[in-house]
Amino acid sequence: MTEQTCPVILAYALVLVGTGASHRMAGTMDAIILQILNGLDKGAAYALIALGLTLIFGTLGVVNFAHGALFMIGAFCAVALQALFNASTVTLDPTKLDFLGNPAKVETPYLVSWFGPEMGASIIDWSVPLAILFAFPIMVIFGFVLERGLIKHFYKRPHADQILVTFGLAIVLQEIVKYFFGANPIPTSAPDVFRGSLDFGVWLGFEANAIIYPYWRLVYFAFAALLIASVFGFLQFTTFGMVVRAGMADRETVGLLGIDIDKRFTLIFGLAAAVAGLAGVMYTPILSPNYHMGMDFLVLSFVVVVVGGMGSLPGAVLAGFLLGILQSFASMNEVKSLIPGIDQIIIYLVAIIILLSRPRGLMGRKGVMEE
Amino acid sequence: MLGLNRKDAILLLIVAVLALFAPFILNPFPVDSALAQFNAGYPDLMQRFVIFGIFAIGFNILFGLTGYLSFGHAAFLGVGSYSAVWMFKLLSMNVLPALVFSVVIAGLFALVIGYVSLRRSGIYFSILTLAFAQMSFNLAYSVLTPITNGETGLQLALTDPRILDSAQVGGSLPVTSLFGAEMRSAMTLDLAGWSFTFSVGYYLCAIIMLIAFYLSVRLFRSPFGLMLRAIKSNQQRLNYTGLESRPYTLAAFVISGMYAGLAGGLLASMDPLAGADRMQWTASGEVVLMTILGGAGTLIGPVLGAGFIKYFENIFSKINESILHQWFAFLPDGVQDFIVMILYPFIGKGWSLTLGIMFMLVVIFLPGGLVEGGQRIARLFRRTKTTDGDVVSTKTKPAE
Repeated sequence: MTEQTCPVILAYALVLVGTGASHRMAGTMDAIILQILNGLDKGAAYALIALGLTLIFGTLGVVNFAHGALFMIGAFCAVALQALFNASTVTLDPTKLDFLGNPAKVETPYLVSWFGPEMGASIIDWSVPLAILFAFPIMVIFGFVLERGLIKHFYKRPHADQILVTFGLAIVLQEIVKYFFGANPIPTSAPDVFRGSLDFGVWLGFEANAIIYPYWRLVYFAFAALLIASVFGFLQFTTFGMVVRAGMADRETVGLLGIDIDKRFTLIFGLAAAVAGLAGVMYTPILSPNYHMGMDFLVLSFVVVVVGGMGSLPGAVLAGFLLGILQSFASMNEVKSLIPGIDQIIIYLVAIIILLSRPRGLMGRKGVMEE
Repeated sequence: MLGLNRKDAILLLIVAVLALFAPFILNPFPVDSALAQFNAGYPDLMQRFVIFGIFAIGFNILFGLTGYLSFGHAAFLGVGSYSAVWMFKLLSMNVLPALVFSVVIAGLFALVIGYVSLRRSGIYFSILTLAFAQMSFNLAYSVLTPITNGETGLQLALTDPRILDSAQVGGSLPVTSLFGAEMRSAMTLDLAGWSFTFSVGYYLCAIIMLIAFYLSVRLFRSPFGLMLRAIKSNQQRLNYTGLESRPYTLAAFVISGMYAGLAGGLLASMDPLAGADRMQWTASGEVVLMTILGGAGTLIGPVLGAGFIKYFENIFSKINESILHQWFAFLPDGVQDFIVMILYPFIGKGWSLTLGIMFMLVVIFLPGGLVEGGQRIARLFRRTKTTDGDVVSTKTKPAE
């Protein structure tokens, strides 16, 4: 049991370090809450990607290095939809002149001319949330095709081969996106309603402006929690989910009972792709999407999966949030001045410690991925 | 010969001939011809061929023999580069101490990282090595700036102490050398339209690569190599026979780390600067690609893979749209534009896309890499030959 509490102790120690180094003793509590909040959105993204990775690993037994690329593709679904909504006709407005004296060009998005100025503008404004509807079917179909077309042939091959082929796939997807969208990050904004920040501290009885938290990050956290809850609910309370869980535990027996488990697992792959994709869609206002964001998140998500325990869904979620929050604590100035550079390596450090002290990860099950 | 059997000796001889005559072999086209852009016989590129060859040979000792897939080998390459540049800064511009130092330091790093990582196997091992490499990369970028010079990268400066050859320092930066033979000095031979460049740096790298290759052949054929293969095929059974496998895997890990350090030291010797991006995990991925593409677990495979990737990386990224138009100029305009449009994403900056696709195809269809491809073709030829004469003998012969 002591091993299980290890990361908790570590987190606690970091908090203590943070409090000890801080000279503003009055401001410590709100600083801690602020860091926890800051860690939540990143942790939520890690948790969502790690959840999908674990789903795929638990059902199909495949180590999917292309999962970060799915996250990125989701983000670029939002970018594509935004570009689509902003597609406009150019008309000449003779009443206004530009600096050369020619009639000024006015761009009117199609949406504005179709739905009227107010409705059109608000559709464009809400492009990121609307991209969820757009991205979900795309991601499911994409995941489906990927599984049937490529991953299926790698069930019987060694894990090294699976890692290599999905790694190659990740490179290909990344380069395709780079070709179409360019190498620079593309800013994508949240709806105007969520632009501002919430003065969270006032709610808890601190002074005003002590804890400021952007609305969109709250939205992201809520969205992630909802998504995680629905995935768990789906697996826990539906017949389909029950069969999938049975298949995760013992694939052969389920097959012998006359259930076509492969078909269901394919659907699970689609679902995992959709979870990663939606995580990407909603993350765009927080981080402007660029073509290598998938790879950046993938490395960390793999660490998250391993820390949580390969094949354990609650472990993936727990580890995702834990590492996200730890990272945000490590980037506090007080901590950084005490241990320079800790913010850069904290996740890897924790992963190494956990893997060595608790080889199956936080909540790993016996017999999963063990030689 | 040299303790090798006939087959290996021939292989070594072929590699030696290829390496020593590379300036001729890689420059098959006259300078002025339209195909001159396919020439790869300039020193800078040839050096990279052999240096990354060394890197891949070393990686193959770990991955090809023991089956442990390390995703953090670039860390050792980076460490090797940094140590070599520090040697140039502090001691002397002679490459010999720098190379020795970089091998030793990379070996020590590998010992520590390997000792920890090898406690786990499979995917966990891959993640652990990845974590260590990313940690070194991040540290090199941020906190270790006094040692690594952060984003700028470690460079030589006029104010460096250079204890052994401080007398020689003039007004400009000194160049790396081996007992006076400057690495960048080269001799050009013009021969009826062809131009061949022989650079000191390249030949140093080539000779070191040959030694490294020879050592790896000996290692493959040694009882130690056999033990590593046993670990790959069935570690559990090996443990049941009462043998502890970890010292062997650790030794393999350290040896391959030292190879990577040597490659890093050579990179720094050819061009004395070292940056943290050499340690990034994409760089680790690259050496995995090279080894797999050539054929993991084979002797010649990694060298082939390294040469193949570095060659196409250079040539493909040089081709641009207008060259494509030139090539297809004989076609009608519409068709020409169409073909260029289709090919364009795969060349120039799109080289990574081609690499990714190629890599996927190799993993899917040719798990043994280029070497297996070659063997298949060779077998095809042999079979067509034998079917003419005796059908019986092909039937009785067991498949290879």
